[in-house]
Amino acid sequence: MNKSILIACLLSVSLCLHAAIETYQFDSPEQEARFRQLGYELRCPKCQNQAIGDSDAEISGDLRAEVYRMLKDGATDDEIKEFMVARYGRYVLYNPPLDKHTLILWFGPAVLLILGGIFVGLRIRQSKKALEAGESQT
Amino acid sequence: MNRLMVWLPLGIFAILVGFFFKGLSLDPNEQPSALIGQPVPVFELTDLMTGERLTREQLPRQPFLLNVWASWCITCQVEHPYLTQLSKQMPVVGLNYKDTETAAKNWLAKLGDPYALQIFDPTGRLGLDLGVAGAPETFLVDSNGVIHLRIQGEVNDRVYAKKIQPVLETIQ
Repeated sequence: MNKSILIACLLSVSLCLHAAIETYQFDSPEQEARFRQLGYELRCPKCQNQAIGDSDAEISGDLRAEVYRMLKDGATDDEIKEFMVARYGRYVLYNPPLDKHTLILWFGPAVLLILGGIFVGLRIRQSKKALEAGESQT
Repeated sequence: MNRLMVWLPLGIFAILVGFFFKGLSLDPNEQPSALIGQPVPVFELTDLMTGERLTREQLPRQPFLLNVWASWCITCQVEHPYLTQLSKQMPVVGLNYKDTETAAKNWLAKLGDPYALQIFDPTGRLGLDLGVAGAPETFLVDSNGVIHLRIQGEVNDRVYAKKIQPVLETIQ
């Protein structure tokens, strides 16, 4: 019993803790908030599904540094996103803009839901009719 | 009508199988480059070997490969013999990415230097402008300096035959 508690304790200890530690100095809390927001909205080009804000990949660090540099230079959020899209493609946007390439992305689920609703509705009406027809026969 | 309904799940299943089958041959790590059809970005760096100033005006005036590599990159070592072989048919320009001068030079001294030019980019500035996510990456550039193809990862004979050669034929 004691042994298993010990093992459980040992397993819960993380031996290697190396989160990326970067120190950025911001001019204002708003600027810092924008940095965090952009880090959350830009996707790491090397990772499958991680934002640059919480990825340890080398490239994410580079992109964070670039976002920081641009923020300091007074770039707007849109300018920073355009800069990233020009280099890494639309893939880097976690919040893709609505245009003809992203129509399916934005409206596909809703269309599927409506089609599914129509399908289910028709089925219910059909089985109701069948039921009524069956009742009137008996 | 109800007969048809019985086959519906099988139909949906078949469609899913189709998608999954396609997915087997897709590499999710591979992303289209945003720079296809665009010229190589403007840069002003130095040549790793000579220390002289390098700009995009000095890039070859014929179709060439731009190979992003670093001495810390294991896959770069793997593809190096193949690139050496390829450099006999077309120029291969090196972009030494986020590396140190000594490490890069030692690496080339040990493994051989097939590169026509060697752009030294220790900060990764040109790499960033090219949309490089990590080494190795290889770009196929035409005689006007326009990028036509980006390969992420190792270049070998299979990648050459399947991806590079078809595009190369259209720009030669």
